[in-house]
Amino acid sequence: MKKRKFGLALSLVLAAGTILGACGNNDAKKDETTGDNGKNTEETFKVAMVTDVGGIDDKSFNQSAWKGIQEFGEENGLEKGQDGYNYLQSQSDADYTTNLNSLARQDFNLVFGIGFMMAEAVNEIAGQQKDAHFGIVDSVVEQPNVASVLFKEQEASFLAGVAAGLATESNKIGFIGGMKSEVIERFEAGFLAGVKAVNADANVDVQYAEAFDKAEIGQSIASRMYSSGTDVIFHAAGATGNGLFKEARDLKMKNPSKNYWAIGVDSDQEAEGVVTIDGKKHNVIITSALKRVDVAVKDLSTKAKEGNFPGGETTVYGLAEDGVGLAKINDEVAAKADIEAKVKEFEEKIKNGDITVPGTLKDLKNFSVK
Amino acid sequence: MSNRTKNILVPVIAVLLGILVGTIIMVASGYDAAAGYTALWNGAFGDVYFTGEVIRQVTPYILAGLAVAFAFRTGLFNIGVEGQLIVGWLAAVWVGVSFDLPKVIHLPLAILAAAAAGALWAFIPGYLKAKFRVHEVIVTIMMNYVALHVTNNVIRTVLSEGKERSENIADTASLRSPFFEGLTEYSRLHWGIFIAVICAILMWFILEKTTKGFELRAVGFNEHASQYAGMNVKNNIILSMVISGTFAGLAGAMEGLGTFGYTAIKSGFTGVGFDGIAVALLGGNTAIGVVLAAFLFGSLKVGALNMPLEAGIPNELVDIIIALIIFFVASSYIIRWFIQRMSKKGVK
Repeated sequence: MKKRKFGLALSLVLAAGTILGACGNNDAKKDETTGDNGKNTEETFKVAMVTDVGGIDDKSFNQSAWKGIQEFGEENGLEKGQDGYNYLQSQSDADYTTNLNSLARQDFNLVFGIGFMMAEAVNEIAGQQKDAHFGIVDSVVEQPNVASVLFKEQEASFLAGVAAGLATESNKIGFIGGMKSEVIERFEAGFLAGVKAVNADANVDVQYAEAFDKAEIGQSIASRMYSSGTDVIFHAAGATGNGLFKEARDLKMKNPSKNYWAIGVDSDQEAEGVVTIDGKKHNVIITSALKRVDVAVKDLSTKAKEGNFPGGETTVYGLAEDGVGLAKINDEVAAKADIEAKVKEFEEKIKNGDITVPGTLKDLKNFSVK
Repeated sequence: MSNRTKNILVPVIAVLLGILVGTIIMVASGYDAAAGYTALWNGAFGDVYFTGEVIRQVTPYILAGLAVAFAFRTGLFNIGVEGQLIVGWLAAVWVGVSFDLPKVIHLPLAILAAAAAGALWAFIPGYLKAKFRVHEVIVTIMMNYVALHVTNNVIRTVLSEGKERSENIADTASLRSPFFEGLTEYSRLHWGIFIAVICAILMWFILEKTTKGFELRAVGFNEHASQYAGMNVKNNIILSMVISGTFAGLAGAMEGLGTFGYTAIKSGFTGVGFDGIAVALLGGNTAIGVVLAAFLFGSLKVGALNMPLEAGIPNELVDIIIALIIFFVASSYIIRWFIQRMSKKGVK
């Protein structure tokens, strides 16, 4: 009986071994071929990024950064993988330093940490791997081998505010923020300033969801706002904002003649607003305040490749650098032509410094358009 | 076949089956399975740095696993390890940042604070269970959310001024070791692994070698019989939860004083506490089993980070393998039945 038992265990191990072994043969060959490719691209500039816990397909921040890296890779003839451009996903906070370190050890020339949550990890690893170069988005890390990237979110949301102020008919506008933080405050201040600049009569109802990933809270806030007569709502709340879009779509479906406008954030969220009523397509999204993480990441990679890595410096991307902006205006908005003209006018004024958009609520108090 | 061999064989077969099905999934979705496992191995043991990170990850896993296993051995299902871990983490960092003491006092104080916080967090469900028969599963799940949001609020209001994270703890409260860092090329391996191993020995000793441990196990086996035999069932339930929570709180101290050195606002759970349930399950709720299972899970988790880089395989796949292993452990009845069939044939 003992022998049988042992035999069973042995055969199981053998079975597993053969199956694994069989895969091994195929793959060894594949490895060789890719290995050759790798050698051909020796001495290329390699760039990689580490996502925060949002993951690579978060429809926002990380996804946008990855898009920038992909574009950079394609333009420079790199391939995805160990010898070109790549990303690592973090499944928890504990993975940030491990991931950054792995990439630096694989001799990637530039490694990005995406999001302010990674600041401490980048700081730590940059101190250890002094020869490697790092980038941090949305935060500042003061190390000679780290380039920090910030955005003037207020400029994009200012333009969104202009659009909202001109599109509203009830003069009631809503703002849904994610968690209170410096970044979201820039969104809020800019938006309020933009509304004020074009429509002094409009009231903006500001609400915070205290979460970036709770669509149901976003929806309930949007529901309250719309039912109290608000007709345009802007969100700076990540995935929480998906609830706003859902509410706007649902209400539009029930009552197609009324206006339930929403404004997207970070990337062009136009696709989130499509409603089909009686076979006709409508869109509830006026436009989106763009934060071009992809542009910043690509720009920084290009600079680093050319040997101009801005280590120890903080680069701020605004309208003038094409780092923020406004997506195209929805055709269904009655005041489209008006909005486009005004947006263009203010874009020029911001770019040439006639207007400085307030980045904090404190500055907002002293803000006025001459 | 003896029960003992069976108890060892079942988890081993479950792991093998998990890897086997994982291989099939990888091949079926067009990935290179051998390269995947090579990358997994290299990511865990290919370099001293990674090995250091594995042990770093194993440390809280051992303690979280012990917490679940201890409660389970005494008939309680502590799902609240996650919450107890989070409050332990907070307490350790709180003591770590707010006192200025010599290391011999500061470090033990911070660790004890974490243990006490975890114990307190587990005392509540234990007390409710003992006095009012409120089911501990429900209370501990609720307490997880309470822990998450209360600690977030404390971090924002008390430990910082509206920021997302606390200050770094003082060096005198840190478990980090320059010696280990030098040995493993700056991995975050810290002294905590010794605490974890000592706790494993402690758990074995309490349960197997002391009268109290016998009582606790007896209550787990049969509450009514224990009461009839003159044991204080209520006190034993509370005590068991408190010890379990102590282990969980210590797991939090490992993260707060060792791995991170600070605490930050969390948008969700760390997952360590929930993985602890899997660790305990795979380890058969024994001290040595938990240590081995924690080692396996730690290597899988850290090694998985390397899979997308070296083999182009998404690291979620490792989560699938871990889930499969748990599935097979949980359905160990099938494996046991299979083993029984085989040994019966042997008798014939």
